[in-house]
Amino acid sequence: MTEQPFRVLPAVTTDNEHFWRGGEHGELRFLRCADCGTWIHPPQPRCPECLSTDVAPQASSGRGRILTYTVNHQPWYPGLDPPYVVAIVELDDQPGLRLTTNIVGVDPDQVDFDQRVHVTFEEYPDRDGSVWLPFFEPDPDVAGTAS
Amino acid sequence: MRRREVGERRAVISGVGQSQVGRRIYRDPLGLTLDACLAAVEHAGLQLSDIDGLATYPGNMNVPPGFSGVGIAEVHDALRLELDWFAGGLELPGQLGSVANAVAAVATGLCDHALCFRTVWEASAQGDAGRASVTMGGGGGGGYRASSFMQWTLPFGAPSAANWIGMMANLHFHRFGTTREQLAWIALNSRRNAEINPTAIYRTPMSLQDYLDVRMISDPLCLYDCDVPADGSTAVVVSRADAAADLRRPPVRIEAVGTALRGRPSWDQFDDLTTMALRDAAAMMWERTDLRPEQVHVAELYDGFSFITLAWLEALGFCAQGEGGPFVEGGERIAREAAGVPGSVALNTHGGQLSAGRLHGYGFLHEACLQLWGEAGERQVRVDGGAPSVGIAAAGGGPLAAAFLLRTD
Ligand SMILES: [Zn+2]
Repeated sequence: MTEQPFRVLPAVTTDNEHFWRGGEHGELRFLRCADCGTWIHPPQPRCPECLSTDVAPQASSGRGRILTYTVNHQPWYPGLDPPYVVAIVELDDQPGLRLTTNIVGVDPDQVDFDQRVHVTFEEYPDRDGSVWLPFFEPDPDVAGTAS
Repeated sequence: MRRREVGERRAVISGVGQSQVGRRIYRDPLGLTLDACLAAVEHAGLQLSDIDGLATYPGNMNVPPGFSGVGIAEVHDALRLELDWFAGGLELPGQLGSVANAVAAVATGLCDHALCFRTVWEASAQGDAGRASVTMGGGGGGGYRASSFMQWTLPFGAPSAANWIGMMANLHFHRFGTTREQLAWIALNSRRNAEINPTAIYRTPMSLQDYLDVRMISDPLCLYDCDVPADGSTAVVVSRADAAADLRRPPVRIEAVGTALRGRPSWDQFDDLTTMALRDAAAMMWERTDLRPEQVHVAELYDGFSFITLAWLEALGFCAQGEGGPFVEGGERIAREAAGVPGSVALNTHGGQLSAGRLHGYGFLHEACLQLWGEAGERQVRVDGGAPSVGIAAAGGGPLAAAFLLRTD
């Protein structure tokens, strides 16, 4: 295995473990309300729509579109070389269900607004067990197009 | 909806002060703070014994390096103040949220004269090691793990507001056709104002070509879209409006304050990333006054990144949402000479944080007051031959924002 780029890793807790370790099962998991179906991110103990406490992790589609992005050129960390794409992806599962991520597997010049993307995970071993960082890459059939 | 009482009019700004400002001046931040505080109290015509309130942002904290380091207790003790009210903290509507706290305390009678301060020493803290030495989660020997909001951004190599604001700016470019040639004028306007501000950090002329040629930080933001880390402290005194007779000069009156955050409090979850929370703070401020944007002569608007200023111009109604690019293009509508001209406003007359240094919000309030008092020296704006009488100081970006509408007429 080649050496991975440097990444600041999250502090994994019982509240966020479903998100950071769902990638072990190939799943991008968010909390979802069992009463009204609302997806919740970041995690919180009550549904923000109906205030139900009946919320539990569930696998999302892992598919969505690029809401916005930036090509970062600044070397913030030794071992993580620019340029790379930082993006906010909105999932298909619910309007407004979004997360900050990286767009990988594509030249930064080929990234565009509204591009269709899907999740891809990279395992990062850590002292209390691995975390799986959810990156996104363009769907193969429409790569490089603003569909 | 019935308009609320506009209690902020029971408070005024009675004095301002600033320490030495510069790059890597390697002075004790408490020393800088005391310089600014003493200058502001003197400027107001008050004695230290008159000061019975104390406010600051963000309070004493060690991370990130140079971001603070001076809190309420240090200043309280160093000046042996006898306080009836004090508050320092980070969870506020931006840096000037601490001044809004003081206004509320004075207006409700918890104190008579509240001294407010903000100190930075980010330039010295970086030293010669550069930006990477102060990046969250970097260089810590691998022991740091990200939590709270930072867990959603640090693992993706996006530790800086340059990345977060870069995404907002890029969306604005995409949605409204804004260009780098337009955004450049925020930086160019600041530089031409800084050229005649003796305390500004960068005073050499900048051309559009200089701007377009400099290295990119986080597309579309280049180096000149980012403010410059500085060392310095700024202080303002908020006093009871009915204490005006005790003051050295007619006060700057507080017409209205906006502190709203009506969307989600998050850099990446806020509903409209092209407006940020500025939309809500600006809307609230205008809900509390009969003044309109056309009556504003000077606007001192936060520029941690140039795009934030563009978004403030739109949020405050100097132009419509999406029209900030054409509004600033060419720089005529935002020049010092444009004050009082219909459809124009003098913008960031001291050079903003882009050229005068990242004093983190308080520099804008300091400059707005100096302009309204006619004490801005060579860069003084003139309206009908006199000092401007209506100004705005606004600070914050992303989910943080507060705006002050000020007047002397
Ligand atoms: Zn629900």
